[in-house]
Amino acid sequence: MTNSDTILIIDDEVQIRRLLEITLSANGYKISEASTGKEGLVHAATTHPVLIILDLGLPDADGIEILKKLREWYLKPILILSVRSSEDDIVKALDNGANDYLTKPFRTGELLARIRVAIRQSLDASDDPCLTFGSLTIDLANHVVKKNDELVKLTSTEFSLLALLAKNEGRVLTHHFILKEVWGMGYMEQTQYLRVFMAQLRKKIEDNPAKPRLLNTESGIGYRFGA
Amino acid sequence: MESADNRPDPDELLATIIKDEEKSKRGKLKIFFGMCAGVGKTYTMLQAAKVEKAKGCDIIIGFVETHNRKETASLVEGFELIQRKKYQYKSTQVQEMDLDAIIARKPQIVLVDELAHTNAPDSRHTKRYQDVLEILENGINVYTTVNVQHLESRSETVAQITGIIVRETLPDEIFENADEVELVDLSPDELLQRLSEGKVYTPERSREAILNFFRKGNITALREMALRIVADRVDKQLHDYMQEKHIRGPWKSGSHLLVAIDYKIQSTRLLRWAKNLSYSMGANIQAIYVETSHQLTSKEHDQLNKNINLAKQLGIKVRIVTNYDVVSAIVDFAQKENATHIIVGKPRVRNLFAMLRLGSFVNKLIRYSGNIDVYILGADNQAKGRYREKVFVPSFTSNLREYLTVILLVILSSISCYLVRDFVGYQIVSFGLLFLVSILAVFFGPGPILLAAASSALIWDYFFIPPQFTLHIDKPEDVLMLIMFFFIAMLNGILTSRVRRQEQKIRIREERTQALYQLTKELNTASGINEVSRMAIKYVQKYFNLDSAIILKTDLNQLDNIVQDGTSIQVLENDFSVANWVFKNSTMAGKYTDTLPSGNFTFYPLSGNSGNIGVIVVELHHIFTQGEEQFWEAFLSQISGKYEREFLRNAAKETYVLSESEKLYKTLFNSISHELRIPVATILGASDTLLSQNYPEETRQKLYTEISIASIRLNRLIENLLNMSRLESGHITPKPDWCDVHDLANEVAEALQVELKPFKLSTIIPTDMPLVMVDFGLVEQVMHNLILNATQYAPAGSRIRLKIFYDNSFLNIQVMDRGPGFSPSELNFVFDKFYRGKDSKAGGTGLGLSIVKGFVVAQAGTITAENRENGGAKFIIKIPVKIADLNNQKKTEAS
Repeated sequence: MTNSDTILIIDDEVQIRRLLEITLSANGYKISEASTGKEGLVHAATTHPVLIILDLGLPDADGIEILKKLREWYLKPILILSVRSSEDDIVKALDNGANDYLTKPFRTGELLARIRVAIRQSLDASDDPCLTFGSLTIDLANHVVKKNDELVKLTSTEFSLLALLAKNEGRVLTHHFILKEVWGMGYMEQTQYLRVFMAQLRKKIEDNPAKPRLLNTESGIGYRFGA
Repeated sequence: MESADNRPDPDELLATIIKDEEKSKRGKLKIFFGMCAGVGKTYTMLQAAKVEKAKGCDIIIGFVETHNRKETASLVEGFELIQRKKYQYKSTQVQEMDLDAIIARKPQIVLVDELAHTNAPDSRHTKRYQDVLEILENGINVYTTVNVQHLESRSETVAQITGIIVRETLPDEIFENADEVELVDLSPDELLQRLSEGKVYTPERSREAILNFFRKGNITALREMALRIVADRVDKQLHDYMQEKHIRGPWKSGSHLLVAIDYKIQSTRLLRWAKNLSYSMGANIQAIYVETSHQLTSKEHDQLNKNINLAKQLGIKVRIVTNYDVVSAIVDFAQKENATHIIVGKPRVRNLFAMLRLGSFVNKLIRYSGNIDVYILGADNQAKGRYREKVFVPSFTSNLREYLTVILLVILSSISCYLVRDFVGYQIVSFGLLFLVSILAVFFGPGPILLAAASSALIWDYFFIPPQFTLHIDKPEDVLMLIMFFFIAMLNGILTSRVRRQEQKIRIREERTQALYQLTKELNTASGINEVSRMAIKYVQKYFNLDSAIILKTDLNQLDNIVQDGTSIQVLENDFSVANWVFKNSTMAGKYTDTLPSGNFTFYPLSGNSGNIGVIVVELHHIFTQGEEQFWEAFLSQISGKYEREFLRNAAKETYVLSESEKLYKTLFNSISHELRIPVATILGASDTLLSQNYPEETRQKLYTEISIASIRLNRLIENLLNMSRLESGHITPKPDWCDVHDLANEVAEALQVELKPFKLSTIIPTDMPLVMVDFGLVEQVMHNLILNATQYAPAGSRIRLKIFYDNSFLNIQVMDRGPGFSPSELNFVFDKFYRGKDSKAGGTGLGLSIVKGFVVAQAGTITAENRENGGAKFIIKIPVKIADLNNQKKTEAS
């Protein structure tokens, strides 16, 4: 695979940077490194990275602050890679514009997959209203969902939910975000709706609802469509 | 035998050691002692200071009065002076020594003139010697000056010699405990010479002073007194020294004086005399006051208080006993305390009756005292002139109402007697009236009884004895009967009332004892410092009728800046500083004391065996009477004791926690270090191998796998440790949210894919399972750990069951395996930290299950472990949960 895209790593740990550099270079990415938040902001502006990997615990600033500053102008994916594993931290980062997160220690395979998904999403501006995931097709324009070429009957809320998740394939969506998008601002705390509809949706589109392949739970945070 | 006899007495030895220790911590007190003003004490003191200063000693002047004497003034130069503190007293400004400045400056030695000086009213202490004691407490040495007439025990004698009553006195104790006393002596002629030259007082004051005080006779007497005191002191030092070095001397050791005092002014002389005697004999001394049925007038009361205070100032302990028989009380006490000498004053002979009583008192004392020496001190003529004792009238203190009631009762019963007079005869009536008087005696004081006796005698005579309605009596036997009637009525009445009063006193004592007993009992049931405080304040209110506040020490051994709960008075900033002083100096202060008497409250230290515990603040309405004070002290010691026990218990608890955590630390160390090393060793070994040689692809793959497995193991350990520390530090706050338990089960099964491969996992969830409100993360971790635990014990290929259901507002989670289960003895320990099952495989820290328990408990749930019927372990978790309203959800779905 040849890939000349630059990825910016903002992390103060040399060993993590080295590991990322080896892994990502081997996968054809160019690497730009920064060990502090300030340096990271400068590099982000100068090296035009296609994706930024950001650590939350930086020596000079809180990662969330850096994230907010980046998001003022940087539109491409930002992936959080942090030892902070508390759900609150993760949700906060996602709500502040991070596309995805991974906690340290992490599997490099998983990291690469997340990077690929994030980059693809950011590039994929296709207006193709038909999304296909294995045996499942979703026709966004006509509100039609088919599984193994059979029509799946969905209520309008179920469809909205599925559509939102499918459009953000591979990306974690927080409970709040989903509730806001599907039900509206007033329902942001009504997580029980989300649970019920999710369970129903799984029964309708998953091969084995007990082992979901498409509608994955991110415990305490939200849901992720696909891998 | 002889060597055994001369062995040092252990008690004496201990006393010496304690004395030494106490002294070494405190500053040393050096007194420059003279017979009177003008002998050059201040001068000598300054010269001595100069010598010390030349040696490089840090020595300053705290307060020196030069009296405008040129020689002295020139010596003051060159010393650092502590600025005097100014007090406004009425219209004049008074300058006093600045105590706090001296303590803050903390020199090695400070010079303080005139130890017996009385401070200005707003000063912290009434007397300067109290200031000096505080300075000494702070480890600063003091040089000071004292004149012989200022010694408490000599002031009376000085007054006798010179005719001048000395007001500024110094407790003998201070003088006796001084580390060094230097006599500054001058012959009378030389002194008079100096006086006439105007070297002592400035000329205008000199003439008057000389006339009043400095007569040669006076000076000689004072000089003799001063020399004798110093000689006595040397004697005592020799005695101490010999005792210290175990040299047996010819002295009569172990003398113990008991001085009996009462509520008369004569007792002051008795006390001083006894003190002098004890001093020269090197004997112990204590005083006794016998509380009889005699009711004290307020004047007598005051004098008694004065006497007892004087005794305290002289360093004599006073014991108060209640007994109607003074002699047997004194003798009993003397025998119990092993007194060798009893000292009493000779009772004043006022009249024949008193003489008879004197005889009986002295004779009785001598008869009963056995081998105890009895000293009887004569009446003091000087004192007699100045203080005429008021003739004591048996307390007619009963109020008018009592007299009226008595009269009314006598009249009423006389009328009823009059009605039955014809049936019983006039002689029987006398018994009726006698009976009445006896009964009245139980309820009324001697005054009304006397009245009742007299009036009933008169009534009997007038209305009953023939001829009726005259006071004239025909028959001589009736006259005799009347006289007998009167005396019997009176004696009966007075004796009864005396017994009653005695009883009353005893009853008060009993009540107090009962109260103390009650307090002790209740205090024992109290647990926790707060409860003790509340109880103490309640008791102060109940038994002393006083409002109070308690301030305790903190862990840092300083007085806290907040009062304990239950306080009934407002303690202000100022009061706290007084309380602090009391705490530091272990002395009472505030209203009715010599220290800071201007406040509203009185402060008492609460002292335990190992230092002070706190301070109790009370709003006193009057000075405690002797009885009350004793009760109060007993009360305080009970409270302090309880507080001390509470503090000790807290300390013990802390120590226990500490030792537990030490144990924990060790276990942690042993188990964790092992658990950490194994994966690290694997990673190191495998990566080394990979780096050093080119192995075939297959081997390399295996090594990579090992590294990966070891990393996962390490990571799991870290997760467990982090969770444990979150639990330990109490940082687990569940964040419940709606949760689909299917989701939970899926997540766990997904995460444990690898570990579950050799097993069959069956998840059983009823179809109508509602959404439950739990912390997803915590429950996930709980299930994760339990299932992981099952995979470690159960044989490969066996089935692991995960059963989740909702029952009666509880979420039930059960995890079952077919492993070895638990031995009955370990069922109680499985959730303990670092506990590992007997048959556990290598690896594992014993943290998993204790984390499970912690997480379940954090959500108010319970967890139990048991053995399954056909073998295997079963964990049962119950967590109280809310469930989602299904109807509501259906509605949403429809919309």
